[in-house]
Amino acid sequence: MAVAATGTGARPARAGRRLSVPNWIGTVPFFGYVAIFLLWPTGIVVYDAFKNPAGNFTLSGLTALGNSQVRGYFIGSFKLSLISAVIGAVFGAILAYAIAAGNPDGMIRRLYLSVSGVLAQFGGVTLAFAFLVLIGPVGLLFHAGWYFNFPWGITLIYAYFQIPLMVLVFLPAIDGLKVQWREASESLGSSTWQYWRYVGAPLLMPAFLGALLLLFANALSAYATIQAWEDQVPYTVPQQIYNSMSSEVGLANINYADVLALGMVVLVAIVMTGYALLQRRAARWLR
Amino acid sequence: MRSPYKFALAGFAAAALLVAGCSSSSSGSSSGAAAVNWATESSAAGGGGMTALIAAAKAEGTLNVIALPPTWANYGTIISTFEKKYGIKINSALPDGSSQQEVDAIKSENGSPKAPDVVDVGLAVAAANTSLFAPYEVSTWSAIPAAQKESTGLWYEDYGGYMAVGYSSKFGTITSLNQLLSPQFKNDVALNGNPTSANAALNGVMMASLANGGSVSNIGPGVDFFAKLKKAGNFSPIQATGASIKAGTTPVVFDWDYLNLASYVGVSNWKVFIPQNAVLGGFYAQAINKNAPHPAAARLWEEFLYSQAADGGQNLWLEGGARPVEQPTMTSNGTINTAAASKLPAVTGTPVFLSPAQSTTAATYLATNWAKAVS
Repeated sequence: MAVAATGTGARPARAGRRLSVPNWIGTVPFFGYVAIFLLWPTGIVVYDAFKNPAGNFTLSGLTALGNSQVRGYFIGSFKLSLISAVIGAVFGAILAYAIAAGNPDGMIRRLYLSVSGVLAQFGGVTLAFAFLVLIGPVGLLFHAGWYFNFPWGITLIYAYFQIPLMVLVFLPAIDGLKVQWREASESLGSSTWQYWRYVGAPLLMPAFLGALLLLFANALSAYATIQAWEDQVPYTVPQQIYNSMSSEVGLANINYADVLALGMVVLVAIVMTGYALLQRRAARWLR
Repeated sequence: MRSPYKFALAGFAAAALLVAGCSSSSSGSSSGAAAVNWATESSAAGGGGMTALIAAAKAEGTLNVIALPPTWANYGTIISTFEKKYGIKINSALPDGSSQQEVDAIKSENGSPKAPDVVDVGLAVAAANTSLFAPYEVSTWSAIPAAQKESTGLWYEDYGGYMAVGYSSKFGTITSLNQLLSPQFKNDVALNGNPTSANAALNGVMMASLANGGSVSNIGPGVDFFAKLKKAGNFSPIQATGASIKAGTTPVVFDWDYLNLASYVGVSNWKVFIPQNAVLGGFYAQAINKNAPHPAAARLWEEFLYSQAADGGQNLWLEGGARPVEQPTMTSNGTINTAAASKLPAVTGTPVFLSPAQSTTAATYLATNWAKAVS
């Protein structure tokens, strides 16, 4: 690029001079942020997982992952995240389709979108308390005997924010389906089933799987809601991490918490790999 | 400490801090009894008596306290009474802090004029941090039972309570824990937290153990009791709080009596009972920072807290629903506020207290057996 370097004495220092900055400089804030708030803490967790409370290096902490109690926390976390993500994704996708089919500038659509935006962020103690007061064992609406059953009681509560979140992230994908594609397939004689089987579903599948993964991670990392739902039995890994960090009665062990957190990192890595493989297959037609 | 601290009262602390900041600059040089170094005195008599201590404390002009919620055990009134009586400003830092944060502040602010002068901590924390404290024996030292103080005065228990069952009066009157196993208590019985992590909950299970043939070194029968509660469908797995009691979702709660009184939880139809064969006590402890920036004021504060006078700390704690450590002596010498004492739930039987070792034994047992019993 030819910059007019014609400054002849008047303002040589300021006019027209370009700093020669490398292209990557714009990415510094992003990578700096990721380094401080993601990589660094993850590094600390991994590093401390290989230490004992006295500060010496050891591999024995990892044996906790083979303990049947600990395996139970991971199975609980996985089960809860998967069930609540699937329920959220299916119902959210149907709801999103219903919204997309309506008037794009209509009142209903705007109402649903803004309500979803609010409800997707509603969680934690307030949400658990609301459910407890309404349908808990001594609830105002009715007394749900299964309210404290894992995972169904807590899945119902999670669905409350998973479904709206799905609507928000999946609606743009459905909006991307062109009416002309449907018309084209119908004019070629396809049935509704055939349209969805050969056109609609393949188009939406990558977005659907991506949203499902988001919902899974959302449930996996949730802590405040389930802790407010019940406080006595740790069903999920985040609950047990809390217990092992905050115990007032002498059971606190930060390195054990680090081992559990490391296990969650591994769990997410496995799920991400599975997701990548599925996504590859689902997006085959794009290549 | 686990307690519903009020954020609104942070303003009070901030105001106290401002006032304290203004007044402390004018102090220091006007010390009357210059010869006495109060930082090394282990009693008021040793430094020349109460008059000398009051004069020296007034000269310092300020006292730094930490983690004293004004709504907890009447601390709001205790602080204002001390300020009014001696003209010493109290800088109340971090009212919603925990015991561990109190000792952390002593370490991290060592040498600073804002370091805490005195702390009010749980027993485990007190016992583990004696190297940070200065020994001091208040004038009423002999009224503190020997089992409730460190023998040289590094820490001394101040107030506490007994593990109690609070319940909605719709159930009539409860006189034994086994009543809680009947069908009318379906989903109703809750602890204040998870006993593998919260001290109040661990003591709740221990109380059930004592009532069912266990002992301070055997929490097993308590776990069995909660397993029976769970089997009967009466155990509630949510954490009991003031909010859950008000909302009616935890109509029966195991907790310290001073957190379980109708006046504290703010529910009028709320009753409390302490099983007569299972009186389990839990106390907090006072200690003075050995490098306190206001050594005389710190010692005067302890004298005030352990004063048996009508407006002294012991009776003020009692008015807040907590049991002061000198209550047995005060009951016999007639200095107790009988009106306040009569509002506490009745206790029959000999109170027992968990030692740190017994508490650890119980926690270790719970770590492997609690979740199995109630899931």
